[in-house]
Amino acid sequence: MKLNLALAQIQTKLGDPQANLEKHLTLAKQAWNDGNDLVVFPELSMTGYALQDLVPSVSCRPAHDDPIFGHLLDASRDIDMVVGFVDEDSRRRFYIASAYLSQGEVVHVHHKVYLPTYGLFDEGRFFAPGNAVRAFDTRFGRFGMLICEDFWHASPPYLLWQDGADLLLFSSASPGRGLNGEPKLESSSWVEHINRAYASLFTTFVAHANRTGFEDGLNFWGGSTLFDPNGKLMAQGPYFEETVVNTEIDLNQLHRTRARLPLLRDERPELVERELGRILHGH
Amino acid sequence: MDINLSIDTGLVRKILAGFIKSEIGRVGYSKAVVNLSGGIDSAVSFALAVEALGAKNVLAIRLPYKTSSSDSLEHAQLLIDQFGAPSLTVPISDMVDPLIAREPGMSQVRKGNIMARTRMIVGYDQSEAFHGLVVGTGNKTEILLGYTTLYGDSACALNPIGDLYKTQVRQLARALEIPEAIVAKPPSADLWSGQTDEGELGFTYEDVDRLLYLLVDQRFSPEDCIEAGFKEKFVRQVLERVRRYQFKRILPPIAKLTNRTVGYDFLYLRDWGT
Repeated sequence: MKLNLALAQIQTKLGDPQANLEKHLTLAKQAWNDGNDLVVFPELSMTGYALQDLVPSVSCRPAHDDPIFGHLLDASRDIDMVVGFVDEDSRRRFYIASAYLSQGEVVHVHHKVYLPTYGLFDEGRFFAPGNAVRAFDTRFGRFGMLICEDFWHASPPYLLWQDGADLLLFSSASPGRGLNGEPKLESSSWVEHINRAYASLFTTFVAHANRTGFEDGLNFWGGSTLFDPNGKLMAQGPYFEETVVNTEIDLNQLHRTRARLPLLRDERPELVERELGRILHGH
Repeated sequence: MDINLSIDTGLVRKILAGFIKSEIGRVGYSKAVVNLSGGIDSAVSFALAVEALGAKNVLAIRLPYKTSSSDSLEHAQLLIDQFGAPSLTVPISDMVDPLIAREPGMSQVRKGNIMARTRMIVGYDQSEAFHGLVVGTGNKTEILLGYTTLYGDSACALNPIGDLYKTQVRQLARALEIPEAIVAKPPSADLWSGQTDEGELGFTYEDVDRLLYLLVDQRFSPEDCIEAGFKEKFVRQVLERVRRYQFKRILPPIAKLTNRTVGYDFLYLRDWGT
């Protein structure tokens, strides 16, 4: 089975969901016209990244009666979409969120679990952390979504793998940093390195949509990638340039790779559970 | 201890030209203004602005004082000719001298600050006339050392080279084909005759960049640096400069009274809404 996946490494307008919505709808239509089944947008694609005190004024609800999501859900009747947004829950807490939309419905919402609050990052000041990592079923198979810092930690991708995800959909608004004599920033090298590692270790597909553009002095480096279950780079977008990267996923590669390398079959999560229980609780 | 100040100039050019284009374009402008001193920093900012916006959209301004070195003026002209940008020469002596004349015996530092701030006034005036934003020319070394005139040469709308050490600016300058006469000459604020940065600071950029790279970028302790062979006096002197001049790197503190105060808990990027 083939899945045509588009990675939309877009620039966003900071704090202007309406303008960003229009870009989403245009690009989703374009991705569909190009024959794609699914289009993945970056972290906080509906709002921009460094929101600070804008957070409460740009939130939306992943529901049909929401002015932003109403349009997105309509668009998802043609093409499945992953969109990044600020989710405000019923207790008025704000989350960095990604929603998977398909055939006019919200299939799954992920709240970013790890909020970097160090160095140039200040997410913990403005957002509540998510509290769950769950895979979900789509019309193409079982997938999982993570947002940026979530996959800088090894455990969320591991949990999604154990929960049945065969395609990991990562989205980021990753500020470029770490300059040296190499033609690639350290942040880009690091993210590519770990994404390749997850694909290899979990014999799974790993897609990453990373945004482009600038916010004040921060650059976002794009370079979205797709790795296959062999850890092979199947597609990569250009660095720093806004574009939609069209990729094709042959889901039967899971069959071939896992026949060769049965890491999933041989994984022992019950051992992990037992040892974590001992480490955390002393029994 | 690995000290690696080399940069990939192609990558840096791509990011910095993109930064200039984005940060000027999103506020509704398409042009820039750069005060050209004839030195390497303003040459690099100017060349990057040309790369981002096209030569016709970058106004180069030469601002000589009567004691400025003739090299400065000529080197600035070399750049203007090489890149083909519109230019303006505004001698500042007539603006500066009446103020200096009010107080006979005024110190060189005060005179230098008056010159730097006068050049800022001209740059910002041309910003309005040319409808371009003022592109800054301060590098990471001088920002960290506070070797700059507050509201003078430090004033700008955006700064593409403020995260590059002086020795890295030199690498970028060569990639941008800045004339070797500019790249190779001793850096100087040219505020008085014979002034050089390294003479005034008391150390070379090469040495201080290596030290700052360890202290700031790599988070080594002063003791680590001394152990690695840097003289203790030099390390302490540099650290003290970095601390003492923090005020030049931030907006003036506002006394907090209410629940929401600009600078503390009224937090928005400049790119808010764009």
